[in-house]
Parts: sequence; structure tokens; C-alpha cells
Amino acid sequence: MSLTLTPPDKMADKQSTDQWFASAPLTESSVDLPDWYQQIQASSWEQFCENGGPTRLDQNWRFADLKKVRLSGLLPAPEVDSASSVERALRNRLEAFAAHFVFVNNRLVHSETGSLPEGVICLPINEALAKHSDLVQSYFLKEEGCLGGSKFRQIHAAASLSGVFVHVPRGVICEDPILVNHFVGGDSSTIFPHTLIVADDNTSVSVMDTFQSIQENEETYAIGNVDLHANNGANLQYVAFEDASDTGAKHVQLNSSKAGRDSSIKSAFVNLGAAWVRNESINHMADSGADCQIYSANLANGIQEYDQRTLQVHEAQHTTSDLLFKNALYDNARTIFSGLIQVLPGSHHTDSYQTCRNLLGSKAAEANAMPGLEIDADQVKCSHGSTSGQISDEEIFYLQARGITAEDARRIISLGFLNETVSRLDCDNLKEFLFSRIERKFASLA
Amino acid sequence: MPDSATLEAVNIDQDEGAFSYPEDYKHDAGTGLNEGTLDYISDIKKEADWLREFRKKALKVFNDKPMPTHWASDDLENIIFQNIRYYLAKGGAPTRNWDEVPDDVKETFERLGIPEKERKFLAGVEAQFDSEAAYSNVKEALSKEGVIFVNSTEGLREHPELFRKWFGKVIPTGDNKFSALNSAVFSGGSFIYVPPGVKVKHPLQAYFRINAENFGQFERTLIIVDEGAEVTYMEGCTAPKFETATLHSAVVELVAMKDAKIQYITVQNWSNNVFNLVTKRGLAHENAEIRWIDCNIGSRLTMKYPGVIMKGRKARGEVISIALANDGQHQDTGAKMIHAADETTSNVVAKSISVGTGVSTYRGQVHIPKHLKGCKNNTECDALLINSTSKTDTYPAITVKGNEHSTQHEASVSQVSEDQIFYMKQRGLSEGEAMSLSVNGFVNDLVREFPMEYSVELKRLIDMEMEDSVG
Repeated sequence: MSLTLTPPDKMADKQSTDQWFASAPLTESSVDLPDWYQQIQASSWEQFCENGGPTRLDQNWRFADLKKVRLSGLLPAPEVDSASSVERALRNRLEAFAAHFVFVNNRLVHSETGSLPEGVICLPINEALAKHSDLVQSYFLKEEGCLGGSKFRQIHAAASLSGVFVHVPRGVICEDPILVNHFVGGDSSTIFPHTLIVADDNTSVSVMDTFQSIQENEETYAIGNVDLHANNGANLQYVAFEDASDTGAKHVQLNSSKAGRDSSIKSAFVNLGAAWVRNESINHMADSGADCQIYSANLANGIQEYDQRTLQVHEAQHTTSDLLFKNALYDNARTIFSGLIQVLPGSHHTDSYQTCRNLLGSKAAEANAMPGLEIDADQVKCSHGSTSGQISDEEIFYLQARGITAEDARRIISLGFLNETVSRLDCDNLKEFLFSRIERKFASLA
Repeated sequence: MPDSATLEAVNIDQDEGAFSYPEDYKHDAGTGLNEGTLDYISDIKKEADWLREFRKKALKVFNDKPMPTHWASDDLENIIFQNIRYYLAKGGAPTRNWDEVPDDVKETFERLGIPEKERKFLAGVEAQFDSEAAYSNVKEALSKEGVIFVNSTEGLREHPELFRKWFGKVIPTGDNKFSALNSAVFSGGSFIYVPPGVKVKHPLQAYFRINAENFGQFERTLIIVDEGAEVTYMEGCTAPKFETATLHSAVVELVAMKDAKIQYITVQNWSNNVFNLVTKRGLAHENAEIRWIDCNIGSRLTMKYPGVIMKGRKARGEVISIALANDGQHQDTGAKMIHAADETTSNVVAKSISVGTGVSTYRGQVHIPKHLKGCKNNTECDALLINSTSKTDTYPAITVKGNEHSTQHEASVSQVSEDQIFYMKQRGLSEGEAMSLSVNGFVNDLVREFPMEYSVELKRLIDMEMEDSVG
């Protein structure tokens, strides 16, 4: 019996043959799309078809339920009546905003752009591809990704997209946030929200995406991609607020940030809904003085599963980053946090932090945490921490002594726990909006 | 910061073990691994049929399992299993009298100071030279109390009723590729049994030595400590530096019965071309305590994650780990804490120092399932980077189910601050001395956990490693 040095690949899971879609999820576009983009779509579809999907040996899917990504029979979202969705979006929006777009089943159904400062380009992605082809091309889907979501990235690139392209020209300050709503409905219906924000030198801009379901109990999919580019001295904020149906929606969002010299990018995931969520966030601190702050507040109950993977890459000297993810878990909810800080060779004088905290509110909830560090430079200050626990009896007692019932005390403490992340964002209106939504879900739990 | 100077520091340190004697073996299984190798080992050891079967099954598992390079270092691919010699022995049973040990073997261990240490404070010693123990002794008083301290061959042959019950149970053959390899070709190692209520005051010690080039050492250790008993076990490892890589792949199983305590101390100082791939795990029953105290200074690549399965109520597990990675070394160490009963607690404190191009990695797993309550885990890992070319990674994984537990994990990476060095230079210390002092301070609280002799030795080793690393 001789020994094989290259081991047989027996341990690897059988490659998935699920094809998700029977054909590329394309819908007819009302504008002429540039050739380079159509080429990306075609080649991405080929790559997608060849991609066997994640296997059990893939570290980026450790602790994940791989059955969740064995998909088939997905369909491009069909055109539906959008009146009630638009009404919902308008009723629940922030008072002050620079622009507001509503997409229902991957189609633009409402837009207001009246309060945008002069020079800002803020268009649905297809229109931007048609009108500003060269500008979009230089930023479009540049992130190669490395956190496991390649199959999602490829199908996103192959599909017809919804969402907005934002370009803020040099020196322009956009005070109020740009709001984008995405609704999805219909069984097996899939949307592909795309957000691309380019903040040029010395600008400031804030964008919030909101993801919702048209109705409960439908198995829907959102496969989204968000790319944030902050050039020298820019200040960019992006919030993904996900409040889709917890009885059927699956939500995948791949984020990437690239922070240039002395720029700052704040990005946040707030997850309240959906049955299954996969968030990936790759953050490049590309030039000295770059700063990325990544926040997440997640409130999971029932059988919700939130799977979040992050990467903070320090590519230059004197860069900083801070990550704070908080999960409050109830019932049989499950969360996975996997974070990695990479300090590349030569990126000296880096400050980088990463914290994941889990508040477990039931006996069956499960929190997985994998906080990682890879340090390859000198004069680096790095730390990560992860805790899991419950509210202590002393804290409850303290509040009870002040006349608050135990039940209220629990809610207040949990709320404060999650709100710590939201409170670090900019724009008071936006923070209050998120607070109120988190509070509303807490109230529904009791 | 000159790396040549760092290199020099490494060489000074390694000198102690860097000598070898001409090879003159009675038994040699040759190079390469196949069923014949296993038969050869079994024949020499006159093993029972079940053990032959056990080895052969393990070889099959080993062949079937892929290298774990999907998460571990690609350096593993550089191990060429067919070029390794799996069994080398001088022949004859281990002697209980130091004078009867063959001269060259004796001289080797004399140079390493084994008998001297024994005379001073040890309760028993076993010294393993390549595949087999050359010397094994336990103080008479302990034998009378029923303490058994023998090598693995003798343990399975003479005391099957004690050892077979737990053999391969804490770490099954198929646990990982290297535990399977060990199960196939194991030889040597210590089998220890401490009867109920016996508290062994002085540590038992084993010393492992690789003398031959291209040799793989696969010792197997099983320590069973019965109810209310206590023992401390220490092991040290060295090897001369050969041109080609050498493999050391041990399996260590600990069983602590109710109220028992086991403390297992390792100071690993293999030469810089040894692949040190070790599986260590303990099973703690009710109210038992298992502590792994682990110090890794040598080897080319170490992969070692001591674990504790806390199976009984109020069981405790602890891993204290110091790793020092110098040029060309990768110390991939960590801990596994598996909580399997209520009110179990575990603690992991790991500190690593990377010098020159050294890489240190911490990998940890903490698992608390949902039907339990009152479990606690604390994990701290701190890394110190000395040079700009040094590297450190941390990859913990923590799973907590249910709301009646608490876990915390913290890790930090830092440098010796310029301010600190400046402060000490102000007070007349040289830069090297200041660096040594800082580094010693970094690991000081852990070094204190080691027995006196070892902590003095550790401090001295760290001093030497640091001496020329700054400039």
C-alpha cells in the first residue's frame, strides 16, 4: 500500500450542481447599456455557472448552514403593482432628505431628486451606465471579494440591476441623506440592488438603503452589492437597513469600501428582518489617514439566522479602523460573526479595533464569533474582543429599585445595547429613525 | 534592526541541544510507511492482535485524510512521508538504573541535565531516545502507593485493564491526519496511572530526544488520574539540527476522574527544522481540573492546540501558553475548550512573541452547547511584535448557545513602545537589556506558572533570544 502525497479530495463536499437560475436573470432595459457592461454581464454569467459554490471546507462558511445556499428555481422579480409599496415608503421616510428613490421588484417606481446640491449625479444605476459610462466604469464592481460570496458576486454582476449611482463632485457637501427603498415580492422572486457611491475630494455624503418585503410568507431573494469610494478628504456614510419578512426573505449583501487619503467611511448594517442574512464587508484603508468605521446592530428572534463576515485591510501607514457589531438574540435565533483585521507589510502606525458583542436572551439562541487578526507590520495598535452573555440580575435589580418593571428593564437594557452602534452614526434624523425601528421590533417581541 | 544579529541569538539558544551521536541502532524500520512498517513495529514490541489491527486501521485513516491546508500553513506540504524513518531503537527494555544506560545515550541526557534534575526534585523520570525509552524510573515510595509510570509498550502489555479502557478514547484515531499517523506508528511515550487519593507531590518528568536524521518521533502518552488524586507532569524536547526536516507527532491523552487534578507542562525546544504536530486533549470528570502549561520556543512549524473536554459538573480547564517565534519559525498554537456539563469553567491565556521573520498564530475554539447552564470561558491572547518583519495572527472561534453562560475573548497586538525603551535607557540600561526586560515583563505573569527551574530557564532563554534583536 503506497501513500499518496496529494490527498484524495474525498473530504470536500460534493460540489453543488444547483444552478439557482435556469438562465441569466436579465430584464429588458429602457436605456442602451454600454458594451463593456454587457461583456461583464456575459462573462459573469459564465463564471457563475462554473462556480460550484461554497463547500464545508471553506473557512468563510464555517458555522454557516450550507443548505441555505443550495438554491434552485430562482426567478428574476416580475413586474407588480407598486402603489402600496410606494405609499409605505413615503409614509415611513425621514423628514429631510436630498433625494428619494423607490424600487419595487428591481424596477424604479418613484424618484424625487429636488434637494440635491448642484453637480451631484444621483441616478438609477442603468441610467448612469448609459449616461456616464466612463465614470461608472472606473468604479464599477472593482472589488474581487475574498469572504466566500463569489457565487453571489457573480450572479449579481450577471443580472439586471436596480439601485442608484451617486457621484459627489469635488468640494460639494450633501447635508441630508439620500434615501433608497427596495421592495421584493412574489415566490422565488429575486432582486439585485446595486449601490455605488463615489465621493470625490473633500466632499460629504450619506446614503441609506432600506430593504423590505411586499408581503409576508413569500420566499424572496435579494442579492445586493454596495461599493463605497471615498477620495482624498471625503466623508462618506452608508447605512443598510434590512427589515424584510422574517418568514421567507433571504438577504445577501456584499459591501466594499475603499478609503483614500485622510478620508472617512462609516458603514452600517442594521438587520431586523429576513429569515436568513449574509453580510460581507471588505474595507480597504488605501492611503495614509484613511479611516473606516463599520457598525452593525442585529436583533434576531424566531429562527432568524444572521451570518456576517468582515475584513479590515490596512494597506498604508497611519490608517485607522474600528468595527463594532452587536447582536441581540432571542428564541432559536443564530448569529455568526467572522472578522479579520489585516495589517499588510509596511503599514506601520496602524490603529485597528474589532469588537463583537452578543446578548443572548433565550436558552436556545446561538452566537458564533470568530474575531481574527493578521498583523504584518510594526508600531501597530490592534485589538479585538468578543463577549457573549446575558443581562445580569444586578442590572435588572438596579432599574427595579427605580420603579421600572423587570420586563421594561430588560427591554431598556437590550435597546441601549444595540443603540450603542447606531448612536455612532452621523445625522440625528437617521439615528432616530433607526432607534424607533429597533424599538418597534423589541416591543413586538414582548 | 539587523536580522543577522537576531539569527545569532537563535543559534546561541539552540547550542544546548545541537549535538548528535553516531547512529547505531539494533532495530530500524527503514524509510517510508506501509503496512510492513507497522508489522515490524508490532513484531518487535510483541503486540497483541487488537493493537496490530488498531495500527492498520489508523494507517488507512491517515492515508484517506487530506492535509488540513485549507486552514493550516502550506508548509505542511513540505513533509515527505516516504522519506521519514518511522522506528529506530537500540533494543532492550528501558533500564531503571542510570548506570546501565548505553554510554552515548547517557551522555546525551547528561548533557541535557536529566539525571541531575531527577536527583534534585523529580518523583520519576522517563527519557526517550528516538523511538524507545532509554531510561525510566519512579521513586520507590510512589510505586508502593500504586503509581504506575511506564512507557506505552509496557503499559499496554502489563496493565491492559487500566490503560486499554481509555487508550484512543479522548483522541480518536480519526481526530486529525496526524493523530491517525501517530496511532499507526506510535512508540514510546508515558503511561501513567495515579490511584485514588494519591497526591504526587513532585513532578513526573519525561524527556524526548531525536538523535537521527530524517527520523519521525511518535510518542503516545496516556495519563489517568483516579478520583481525588493529583499529578504534575513535565516534558521537554530537543533535537540536533540536521540538514533535512524531522517530524514529531505525538498524541497525549489525559483523563482526570472525579475531583482529580492534572497539570501538564511542556517546554518544547526542538531544533529549527522539526515539524512539531501534536494532538493533546484532556477529559475532565466532575469537579476535576486539567491545566495545560505550554511553552513553545523551538521547531520549524508547531501546530498544537491543547484541549479540555469538561465532561462532569464543575470541571475546570485551563491552557496557559507562551510561544516565541524567531526567524524561520511558525508557532501555530492555541486551545480548545469543549464544555459538556453544567457550571464548567475554562480559561485560556496565550502570549506570543514574534522576532525577526517569525510568525506566531493563535487558534482557539470554545464551544458551549445549549442544554447547559452556568458555563464560563475567559480567553486572552496577547501578541508582541519585535521587528517590522515579524508577523502574528489570531483566529479564535467561539460558539455559545443559550443565555445562562458567559464568555469573553480579548486579544491585543502591540510593540515594545519606544517610550519604554527610552525610559530605561535614561536609567543606564543598554537597548538590548531594555528590550529583554520589556519582553520578560510581557510574559512574566505566565512564566510564574511554571515550576521554579523552568521559569528561571525560560527567562534565560528569552534574555538570549532578545539580546541582539534590537539595534
